Amino acid sequence: MAKMEIDDRFSRFGTVGFTATSRVNDFMGYLDEGRVMGTCCKTCKLDFFPPRADCSGCLGNDLSWFDAGEKTGSLLTFSKMKYGPKGFEDDLPYTIAVVDFGSFKMFGRMSRDLEDEDIRIGMTLRVRANPLEGGRINYVFHRAEPARDGADINA
Amino acid sequence: MGKVGIIGVGQSNFVRTYPGSLKELAFEGYREAVLDAGITTDQIGASVICSAPEYDKQRSPAGVVAEYLGLNPQPTFYVESLCSSSSMGVRLAYSLVKSGLHDCVAVVGIQKMSEISSAESQERMGRGTDIQWESPFGTMMPAYYALFAQAHMDKYGTTPEDLSLIRLKSSTYGPLNEKAVFRKALDLETLTSPDSKMTNPIASPLRVGDCCANADGSSCVIVASEKMATSFSKKPVWIMGVGAATNSVNLSGRELFTGLPAAKEAARQAYDMAGVTPKHIDVAEVHDCFTIAEMMAYENLGFAEPGGGRELIRGKETYLEGSIPVNVDGGLLSKGHPIGATGGSQIRTIVQQLRNEAGKIQVKDAAIGLIHNIGGVGLYGNVTILGR
Repeated sequence: MAKMEIDDRFSRFGTVGFTATSRVNDFMGYLDEGRVMGTCCKTCKLDFFPPRADCSGCLGNDLSWFDAGEKTGSLLTFSKMKYGPKGFEDDLPYTIAVVDFGSFKMFGRMSRDLEDEDIRIGMTLRVRANPLEGGRINYVFHRAEPARDGADINA
Repeated sequence: MGKVGIIGVGQSNFVRTYPGSLKELAFEGYREAVLDAGITTDQIGASVICSAPEYDKQRSPAGVVAEYLGLNPQPTFYVESLCSSSSMGVRLAYSLVKSGLHDCVAVVGIQKMSEISSAESQERMGRGTDIQWESPFGTMMPAYYALFAQAHMDKYGTTPEDLSLIRLKSSTYGPLNEKAVFRKALDLETLTSPDSKMTNPIASPLRVGDCCANADGSSCVIVASEKMATSFSKKPVWIMGVGAATNSVNLSGRELFTGLPAAKEAARQAYDMAGVTPKHIDVAEVHDCFTIAEMMAYENLGFAEPGGGRELIRGKETYLEGSIPVNVDGGLLSKGHPIGATGGSQIRTIVQQLRNEAGKIQVKDAAIGLIHNIGGVGLYGNVTILGR
């Protein structure tokens, strides 16, 4: 009997990963393509981020993927960390944040392209896939509001 | 069914490194509580052992601790809800006694955080949240509470100096607590000067002075039926209300970043059960793992309106002489925070207050006290109301 192949794509998520397998492992496939995806319950019409494999509302598992990167969101809060847990020393300092996209919220990191003085609660952001060293990957928030010259810096 | 009382309380010294084993540390709080209750081990019908096991090398610590305490063959339960483990343990003990299953239950909280290396501890702290979706970004408890501090400052105009005032209050009482790990008095200049190490950033806007320290420690609360409490205790303290609630661990599931809904819901339950309001509380112990946590507790418990917490601390209303004394034993900021033992230590302080045995920190005529104990970043909320 052939050995069952284990889909452990999720082990590449983030600087240090703690989860190897998940029933939403396709999230990683999309992330590798540059898309940050959530799931939506087809029955309840509820958006989930992080993506879920099961709906706790109807207890069903008929969910579809949606592209969270197509939306802009508002920065709810943030913190610049000067100390981090084991394994994240080389990333320091970095800024974590929570962004409200309307039908869902998202926890993640701010892009290093943003200066500290440019980060303010309420600013408009987009999420983008963010390849890391060693074949790892996460996502970060970029500014989406028009720059002073009127151009969308993410356009 | 009769009332449920607390007949004995105890805690070890909270220290940076306890020079003994986990079960020996548990014995210190337990011995003090049993002597305080004036009972013998065979009168205890069950034990509830509370800790956050990721810091223990011992697997299934309940059995090992119960054996060392001399509590065989009584059944033992293991309760874990992060930093609120021993408050949740008291809730379980209340249920066991109220149901009539046991007359007397010992709730032992314990944590020997020095049992693992600092590097190992940091690694475990990083996994105290949603390990699938948040930990891979590199998270720690101070940073999570910092997110709430940032939002509170933005919405209500709370300042870093307001948070320093909470630490200043803690350091007013910490030196009076012989069991506290941090007993050095601090002045406002030390807490706010850019040249002071207390203002070194940890996770903006929180600084060193805004954070409590890890500690080793144990606590014990002995819960008994009304019949047993009136028989053995000259000053039984009654459990008037117990509230407990949960909230999303992943912050993407939160609706509020200026308070902790689990704390607010637990408080609502406890107030309703006790038949009291915030105005009836004479003294409170709140979970000040970080200064912003105490500020939010003022508001979640109804001592202040949302955003009004800063006025309480600016007006010294939460000092011993104020309208609602809070953490006059120094709180976690001075005592240290041995995760599983913390709730029991908070309960011990309130029991001593209600017995009029609190010494220099005694609140005059304290009749009703409240304990607010939080697990994680508001993942678990426990509020307990006691009366004499």
